[in-house]
Amino acid sequence: MKREIWKGSEAIAEAAIRAGCRCFFGYPITPQNEIPEYMSLHMPQSGGVFVQAESELAAVNMVYGAAASGVRAMTSSSSPGVSLKQEGISYMAACQLPAVIVNVMRGGPGLGSIQPAQGDYFQATRGGGNGDYRTVTLAPANIQEAADLTQEAFDIADQYRNPVVVLADGLIGQMMEPIVWKERTPRKLPEKTWAACGRGDRDHSNFITSLLIDAPACEAHNLELAKKYAEMEKNECRWEEILLEDAEVVIVAYGTPSRVAQTAAENLRKKGVKAGVFRPVTVWPYPYARLREIACRESVKVFLDVEMSLGQMLDDVNLAVGERKPVRFYGRCGGAIPHVSEVERAAEEAWKEAK
Amino acid sequence: MKKEVILSGFGGQGVMSIGKNLVEAAVAEDLEASWVPSYGPEMRGGTANCTVIISDERIGAPLVESPSEVVAMNRAALAKFEKRVCPGGTVFVNSSIIPDRVARTDVKAVYVPCDEIASELGNPKVANMVMLGAYIAATGALRQETIETMIAEMFTGKKARLVPLNLEALKRGMECGKPA
Repeated sequence: MKREIWKGSEAIAEAAIRAGCRCFFGYPITPQNEIPEYMSLHMPQSGGVFVQAESELAAVNMVYGAAASGVRAMTSSSSPGVSLKQEGISYMAACQLPAVIVNVMRGGPGLGSIQPAQGDYFQATRGGGNGDYRTVTLAPANIQEAADLTQEAFDIADQYRNPVVVLADGLIGQMMEPIVWKERTPRKLPEKTWAACGRGDRDHSNFITSLLIDAPACEAHNLELAKKYAEMEKNECRWEEILLEDAEVVIVAYGTPSRVAQTAAENLRKKGVKAGVFRPVTVWPYPYARLREIACRESVKVFLDVEMSLGQMLDDVNLAVGERKPVRFYGRCGGAIPHVSEVERAAEEAWKEAK
Repeated sequence: MKKEVILSGFGGQGVMSIGKNLVEAAVAEDLEASWVPSYGPEMRGGTANCTVIISDERIGAPLVESPSEVVAMNRAALAKFEKRVCPGGTVFVNSSIIPDRVARTDVKAVYVPCDEIASELGNPKVANMVMLGAYIAATGALRQETIETMIAEMFTGKKARLVPLNLEALKRGMECGKPA
């Protein structure tokens, strides 16, 4: 198959169109403007709708409406913009509506900076809006994966009738790499019999709301949703293991830092330090079980969590590893990207300390 | 084989496109490649840069601290990146507008009068193609034929008349880059 060179943001946009997304609503923000730019040209050409909304809030509510009608819909933004979209995501989770939300993260909090960061990990993995809900959260570390996971995101959203988040950092959004547009086998998905798209021959109207004013009804609804989240946890966990078979120091990282960690691990091995990388591909559901298994290995001495934030995924690493092995942390934030030498040094120190 | 290059210059000097050309050629040769632009307030005026990695293995970190080569298209680029080249690496200097010499003695320096050659050829826009020629000749990282094919595919239709000009610019650059 032919390898083509794609920029991350544009690959995400093209992938969405290829996955059958026919409604895109967004509001510009750096560093993901190439997504709406690409959509503005290509979505109408694909028979879909592109709207530059008047705000992020408007955009996410347009997605809410489009999703309710059964169309594959998506919005994209970067950190401060995604904060504004949280209400809509919570409502869609409540209404069991499938949609894809792309967050190309930049430095925060607040307006922060426009450089790559991962400070929205808590927001993305813990449900950034109100209420008990979860979103499958996919974290690509290269452009091939950005293209593949974005397509998959629409299937996951439809399968569980739930919003799915593609959590990329600004570097993944901006960089170019060769990719292959693979033939996909779409998942077997249920008919959207719930869609509010006109009553037609149905004997009832489909009514979509997140308001369940009676506590017992609302609790029952939550418990139904919880069953879905349990299913997602069972089925959707993904991760990659790099140089991990005999590793003594395990670097845990996702997105761009996982690539830095990979190079650091390769360099460390040349120096005789057996380093490896555990890379979560889904950050929710988090691959706790596998990470726990690795923590139980006798060969593994220590973990180093590396992020472009100040210890958010660290909570999950600690939940998985527990008291089995020491967990150390190295992070940069605010738009700074960790250097290979910094990660190498942190991993080597952790390794020496644990030996 | 692994080349880690930082290319830097004024916006409009074509540093981003030299970088893209390197990636395209690498992909044509079945190599792995990555391109990361500088993405900050600096791209709104001033000196822009990009980082390109070409490798026969999967690419990890897409940014580098000590590149194997630096391509400096203006004075600020040389001042900023000369110190970062790894020992034994190469600094490419657009000597048409950079009066300085490379101060370090542990790196190779290749001086390429990009803008003068481009002017001689009658089109200042091909200065970047001159530099690309110098780069591939000095490093041997990519084949001349690959770049030539790429140029032929890059300019089609009305722009096809630009192919001979770009090929000539590439050739002149290669003459500057050939190891003495």
